[in-house]
Amino acid sequence: MSAVEVSDVHKSYGATQALDGATWSAGGGRVTAVLGPNGAGKSTTIECLQGLQRPDSGSVRVLGVDPWGADAEHRARVGLMLQDGGLPTMVKPLPLLRHLAALYADPADASRLAARLGIDGFAGTITRRLSGGQRQRVALAAALIGRPDVLFLDEPTAGLDPHTRLEVWDIVREEADRGVTVVLATHSFEEAERVADDLVIISHGRVRAAGTRAEVEGEDTLERVYFSLTSGAQR
Amino acid sequence: MSTSRDRAAPAGRRVRRQAGFEAGILLRNGEQLLVAIILPVLALVGLQVANVPDLGTNRIALVAPGVLALAVASTAFTGQAISSAFDRRNGVLRLLGTTPLGRGGLVGGKMIATSAVLAIHLVVLAIMAALFGWRPMAGGILPGLVTIVLGEACFVALALAVAGRMRAEAVLAVANLLWVLFLGLGLLLPTGVLPSAMAVVARILPSGALGDGLRSAFANGHWPIASWGVLIVWLALGAAVTARTFRWSD
Repeated sequence: MSAVEVSDVHKSYGATQALDGATWSAGGGRVTAVLGPNGAGKSTTIECLQGLQRPDSGSVRVLGVDPWGADAEHRARVGLMLQDGGLPTMVKPLPLLRHLAALYADPADASRLAARLGIDGFAGTITRRLSGGQRQRVALAAALIGRPDVLFLDEPTAGLDPHTRLEVWDIVREEADRGVTVVLATHSFEEAERVADDLVIISHGRVRAAGTRAEVEGEDTLERVYFSLTSGAQR
Repeated sequence: MSTSRDRAAPAGRRVRRQAGFEAGILLRNGEQLLVAIILPVLALVGLQVANVPDLGTNRIALVAPGVLALAVASTAFTGQAISSAFDRRNGVLRLLGTTPLGRGGLVGGKMIATSAVLAIHLVVLAIMAALFGWRPMAGGILPGLVTIVLGEACFVALALAVAGRMRAEAVLAVANLLWVLFLGLGLLLPTGVLPSAMAVVARILPSGALGDGLRSAFANGHWPIASWGVLIVWLALGAAVTARTFRWSD
């Protein structure tokens, strides 16, 4: 059984079909990039996997558990970095990380994590006054603080400068190398190329391709495969 | 797949830590402090040095409970409505809901934090009122505390009902508008001093019930059962609306 399993998931919002029978899985120690254009259903997928949304039909399993209404023990094993960050505005990064750490039995060291992500440079500034890139780093730290077994990252490097993107990709790689299942939603095939072991290409809520990078790319480049799969799928 | 080792901190610790975290944010929030402490203090001083409206010879006996009622509504209603709406918009409710804290722990932490911060505000205001000569009836302390607890629960439920759906900016406007209306409709002054038609309305509003209830308890030593009934009805209404409409993310 894979750490993350998505089976024939349908989800619609009113007349909009966000997921239309998506099926794929992600295994431990690997980075799986869920790649697709804006509105393809990436965020909906992540939200279903986090138990923030419930599929209309089909099933999602994370570590063998249905995330909808899952208990605190399950939530402690799963880390999440949301697209909008979700950080309280009136708090400084380090106190926030220490607070989040206290919710776990065996968390990462907040100061060391802050240093690793370069947060110590702006630790005295409240979240509201941080730049977008700084806030992204804090959001990533929030996802890592519980030393998760599964890590969901929704557009983790969107809006970051090239140096910070490289650092984030290094961290993502390190997490996978220590056995974590990383699922990363992105619309950047450059990001997928840099960091992913496995690819899931979706558009209009359907999986267009899934497998290892070699399987998905074949003899071609990811860029060409991506465009042929996602452009051809336009309705 | 699963490990026997606990990964989440114990539930009690999670809620306690969240309560401390929220209380710290509430106490550091300047605008919130203005509404919850400074404005009630101004009301206390203003009503005490003025001689209108006519509140009889023992003015402070009616002014002080009104000021406490105002503080309850400020912290439990206006403060919670605004902070919950902005937390939702910023994704904070969503993020914390996915940590071991969860939605239940988030609500528990908020309740404890609000109660603790409110208790601090009420003690400060009661001491100030005592300096103006306020001496509540000994027999009114217990029913007064019951009224405060019911009032707080009622106003938090109403705050979440207001905060659950609308845009954060709209919640900000509505919560402040309602605070002014509540202030005028029975919170600060006895509903008896209002024109009779308004008094009838004010008495069945949570503002009139809380204000009159506290005045009846602290000034006369009564058990304000009717006021409690009104607060319980509004509490049930607020909870029902919240349960149906509250959204955890925009």
